[in-house]
Amino acid sequence: MAKNRSDERENGLIQQFSITGGDFYHAGHVSTQIKEILKELGIDPNIVRRAAIAAYEAEMNVVMYAQKGLFTLEVTPQKIHFFVEDEGQGIPDIELAMQEGYSTATPEMREMGFGAGMGLPNIKKNSDIFKITSEVGKGTVLDIIIFINQGKNQ
Amino acid sequence: MSQYYHSIRFDETKCQGRMRCLRVCPTQAIRVRHGKARMIEERCIDCGECITVCPNGAIIPLTDPFGELSRFRYTIAVPSPALYAQFGREILPDKILAGLKKLGFDEAIDLAYTCGEVSFAIQEYLRNYNGPRPLISNACPTIVRLIQVKYPELIAHIIPIDTPREIAAREIKKKKAKQLEIPEKEIGTFYLTPCPVKMISIKQPAEKGRSHLDGALSIADVYGPLLSAMEGLEESENSRRGLESICILGIGWAIAGGMSRTLRLRNSLAVAGLAEIVKVFDDIEKGKIRNIDFIEAYSCPHGCVGGSLTVENTYSSYNKIVKLIETLEYEKVKACPDIREVRRRYDQKYYFIEGKLEPRPLAPLDEDISRAIQKKKLKESLYEQLPQIDCGACGSPSCLTFAEDVVQGEANLNDCVFLWPQKITQLAQEIIDLVEKTGFKPKKKTNLKEGKQVNAFTRNRQTS
Repeated sequence: MAKNRSDERENGLIQQFSITGGDFYHAGHVSTQIKEILKELGIDPNIVRRAAIAAYEAEMNVVMYAQKGLFTLEVTPQKIHFFVEDEGQGIPDIELAMQEGYSTATPEMREMGFGAGMGLPNIKKNSDIFKITSEVGKGTVLDIIIFINQGKNQ
Repeated sequence: MSQYYHSIRFDETKCQGRMRCLRVCPTQAIRVRHGKARMIEERCIDCGECITVCPNGAIIPLTDPFGELSRFRYTIAVPSPALYAQFGREILPDKILAGLKKLGFDEAIDLAYTCGEVSFAIQEYLRNYNGPRPLISNACPTIVRLIQVKYPELIAHIIPIDTPREIAAREIKKKKAKQLEIPEKEIGTFYLTPCPVKMISIKQPAEKGRSHLDGALSIADVYGPLLSAMEGLEESENSRRGLESICILGIGWAIAGGMSRTLRLRNSLAVAGLAEIVKVFDDIEKGKIRNIDFIEAYSCPHGCVGGSLTVENTYSSYNKIVKLIETLEYEKVKACPDIREVRRRYDQKYYFIEGKLEPRPLAPLDEDISRAIQKKKLKESLYEQLPQIDCGACGSPSCLTFAEDVVQGEANLNDCVFLWPQKITQLAQEIIDLVEKTGFKPKKKTNLKEGKQVNAFTRNRQTS
């Protein structure tokens, strides 16, 4: 699925991936691809690990709670930026959703090992800047930044 | 010359460039150039997948020949428990070890016993462990190398308990040197291996300077002679005695899942086969695998019994081990090491690896991240031009790898046959332009100038 499009912009690499809501079969493919790209660019393994976790949780958030979403990856020499926009049910109370262990996952999702209420808190934990906005009935926007602090490249 | 030792060699005289190896390699370590396969040494993890698929037998596993034994005054066979699974159910380890001695080894030791000790040591380690989970077993050198090369951030997950074969070789050498009053270097310890990768873990250990083993003989090479050597031997007086010498914890090391089963580990996974391993490692990286303490990981299907240098059918040998475990459980045979003794040794760091395992990640597109980003963009734009069917005709395993090879200057874009029609059209146009410049007018006007996007095949039809 995830058809990516490279974009020309100064210094930065931009790739976009589409995510289909409810498609558990392909769930996780986008974050695996993103992880591969970050490794190819030679980003520090610990940063790749944090980014992989944040990307996976962001992807799963779309798969579980939205109809569809667009995952935009931007990498510059300074930072990794994920911008994830979805069309879906949205989150009524963001503060509550950010609490560890809080989840609105259905029993089926929990059965599959999802919905432990760790998704959004996990993104926050593994990113440097995390902004979330949501409108009930419309969708959610995640804005995630992870800094790449590699002394030699600055 | 190279930085890395590999237990696989390509025989150029036999290679016909048929590209099976190219496609099967899990780390894209093979390229076919000028009709011959060659290896990119830093990418290879010695899994041996290519050996099995080569239709010309041009990929050769390197193990030691029997003659190597003559280099030593005293020789000791250290057979992988997978050897026990190569023969019929009635042939038990005690007979196999006796056969090895008849074959010319001064001694043959039962590695399953040490495997049992190491099982206990792993249990001890898991009990007090507080680091990143799940821990991953290091018994399979391909797995260790896969992590070093492709999953460097999982290095911390590899269990720092040394492998039974190394511990057994270290101890038996010490013991025999003392007993026979000869220097350790005159004692040769030979691992009987089910796969070529153990050879590298001996020649170039992933974590320490030198292995305690001196070489590895292929089970496939030993099988025939050993079978004849065992022929003259008496059957064990009663099979009960044969059974009583088998450590149930150790025998399980021959198969994927054996360790977890015999230790009764609750939160462990047994994963075998490289494709499956890769999926599991990807999931660990994403944080998807939760509440699992330990992963038994083997590169070969079903574990060591599935190694490429074994003889018996993998399913039969897997079954023999499972049945043996069941029998030992039923008969309540407890021929395993004393756990108190293992704990005492564990506290003395007896079981821990000697060096430190370092990652050796694949080189990124560029050391400089800005340049790496530019190269990645170029790679993606090249990839867009390619047919994306991964035919391999260019000599790279996939269109994406080919794009990378071009970016890195290792390949030429013209190597892609699918770009030839375009190239030919372009050349033809240049010729026409040249002809027109001379003022020469052909009798019949060609329509070559129309529509630049028409490909060469349709144009042929139009002109004819």
